[in-house]
Amino acid sequence: MADKPKIAVHKFASCDGCQLAFLGMGEDLLTLSELVDIVHFVEAGPVATDAEVDIAFVEGSISAPDDLERIRAIREHSHYLITIGACATSGGLQALRNFADADEWVTSIYAKPDYIRSLSTSTPIAAHVKVDLELWGCPVDRRQVLAAIRDLLSGVAPAFEQDKVCLECKREQAVCVMVTRGLPCLGPVTRTGCGALCPRFGRDCYACFGPGENANTESLSRRFEGLGLMPDAIARRFHFINSGAPPFTEAGQGKDK
Amino acid sequence: MSEERNIPIKLPVLARVEGEGSLELDIRDGRIEHLKLHIFEPPRMFEKFLEGREYTEVPDMVARICGICPVAYQMSAVHAIEGVFGIDPGPWVRTMRRLLYCGEWLQSHALHIHMLAAPDFLGFASVTEMARKYPDEVRRGLGLQGLGNDIIHLLGARSVHPVGVCVGGFHHAPGRVQAEELLNKLRAALSDAGELVRWTAGFDLPQVEQVFTTVALRHENEYPMNEGRIVSSAGLDIAVDEYETHFAEHQEPHSTALHSLLEGEPYLVGPLARLNLNLDRLPHAVRTVLEETGIRFPSHNMYHSVVARAVEILLAVHEAIAILESYEETTTPAVEVHTKAGTGYGCTEAPRGILWHRYDLDSKGLVTAARIVPPTSQNQARIEEDLRLSLQAFGLDRDNDTLRQRGEMAIRNYDPCISCATHFLDLRVRRT
Ligand code: SF4
Ligand code: SF4
Repeated sequence: MADKPKIAVHKFASCDGCQLAFLGMGEDLLTLSELVDIVHFVEAGPVATDAEVDIAFVEGSISAPDDLERIRAIREHSHYLITIGACATSGGLQALRNFADADEWVTSIYAKPDYIRSLSTSTPIAAHVKVDLELWGCPVDRRQVLAAIRDLLSGVAPAFEQDKVCLECKREQAVCVMVTRGLPCLGPVTRTGCGALCPRFGRDCYACFGPGENANTESLSRRFEGLGLMPDAIARRFHFINSGAPPFTEAGQGKDK
Repeated sequence: MSEERNIPIKLPVLARVEGEGSLELDIRDGRIEHLKLHIFEPPRMFEKFLEGREYTEVPDMVARICGICPVAYQMSAVHAIEGVFGIDPGPWVRTMRRLLYCGEWLQSHALHIHMLAAPDFLGFASVTEMARKYPDEVRRGLGLQGLGNDIIHLLGARSVHPVGVCVGGFHHAPGRVQAEELLNKLRAALSDAGELVRWTAGFDLPQVEQVFTTVALRHENEYPMNEGRIVSSAGLDIAVDEYETHFAEHQEPHSTALHSLLEGEPYLVGPLARLNLNLDRLPHAVRTVLEETGIRFPSHNMYHSVVARAVEILLAVHEAIAILESYEETTTPAVEVHTKAGTGYGCTEAPRGILWHRYDLDSKGLVTAARIVPPTSQNQARIEEDLRLSLQAFGLDRDNDTLRQRGEMAIRNYDPCISCATHFLDLRVRRT
């Protein structure tokens, strides 16, 4: 009993969606709670912010002054630190503020901006502390999380998805939406993990799993031009859920007027 | 609060709410002098980065405001945008949107009841602890939550940030066989949903009545989800686009969430408000189960929210069955869209209450301004009022830990989704 592995789930700026990889696992959650000791998980009940744990899962991006101190403390108290989701791994949708004058935004949204404590950027966890494994996806898929726990606890290096959504499409025998319907699909530059959900639903991928290995964004941008997209529309394609992931940051800026 | 013996006591983070926050109490001579519910999740500034985006990008963007109720955000957004373009996507889309909403209510309500609220009422620290004593009930609840996720899957490919919704309808129409499979699962869960209502009605809930105004949507003949007028228990009855003339948000120094007031007063949105205002819109079978519990609605006991949530689960299962029984596939799951400049409004019933959106679009369909009022900011003033009343009634001379538990229970009862207020809880008490 006493030496069950300890797990914590922490949250920074996010929508809480990645925590649902735990809270939505159904009976598996009960099984998991038998196998490991979930010592800190605010949304589910246990609170022990500074407990020593074997694995800390971190959701959300660093976007407020207090976050900096908190993430360092979490790192110090965890053996493995795993980021879950786009927010924690690339800064998330809220990293769009990195391209804007965020202070000006605060002033324009809030009548009393001085009540607001916020950094002018939203940055991934790895920009501040060492991260042992990054799980991409907005949201992460439950299987990714369970596989990571299983691998780490049994002393195996977790497998890392590197293929593109395009390859998944082929394996799933989905019809290519770019070829057949001229849709500006980001599948060719996006990391797989979702099982090619969008193309299988007849729509274009918007890269919620972040950039795949050696993403050739330049050639894809040219293809989008060929499909009739204007430069600002191409820029927006890259500056979306994972705008803070370097290949997408650059691809989007290259097209910004 | 300057001079005297202040005893600041810091109590831990408020657990089992979605998002994070803290509560500060100043107790002086046995009375609450100040009560502040802090919500300081970092602002994510969605309204700003919606500006300059094309209408097609909006549903995928706003889904990310909240992982627990992404469907609600998508629904309010598509309705508002379709309003600008003057589109009516027709009966198939309308019905499927209702089905999708049934999925969201089911998963979100089941999550709240089992993981967040029931442990409070039954005296456990978490669902996993509760599961040792109530394995069957927890399994039943997780099953219902899973079923909600299955419904969202059918129309959205995944339950968090579904990818199936677009302005004009859906990207994909479910196949007959999948619809049939889901229908069978739903039929099998119908008795579970009824049992759940009876289970929650049997909780030993605090018997406290408070006076408050409720606000919800109201539709001519259905229990409200996607459409209706905004009504209140005090006689308000307005169209969705008149919202801003009656409701106003303001900022409090202690919170990044905005506080919303109706004609200057706090009000309640969410399952209890919805049920209180729409009893006559419940299907007969659901109403019968509710009446058998012996609890009278409209109710002014805030703790009956948990029963209201269970009733809405039962309603969602009924409704989803009815929809799927007459499901027909279509080859045109979305209507054609032509952009037009203008302003559009959308208000739908998120699991936690009305979620109001406004978009200004230019002629190319780009967003020039957006305003989003989530349920949590609408409930925040009411939560503070409730806390003040319930802690005072409970007795302020109790020790901090007991006070904190009571406060947490009162707050959790609202199922505040603090991530949606785009914003964190620990409790501090100062006694002087
Ligand atoms: S990565 Fe996406 S799903 Fe996960 S918390 Fe962030 S916004 Fe939500
Ligand atoms: S956007 Fe792309 S990566 Fe995300 S679910 Fe769709 S296909 Fe998968």
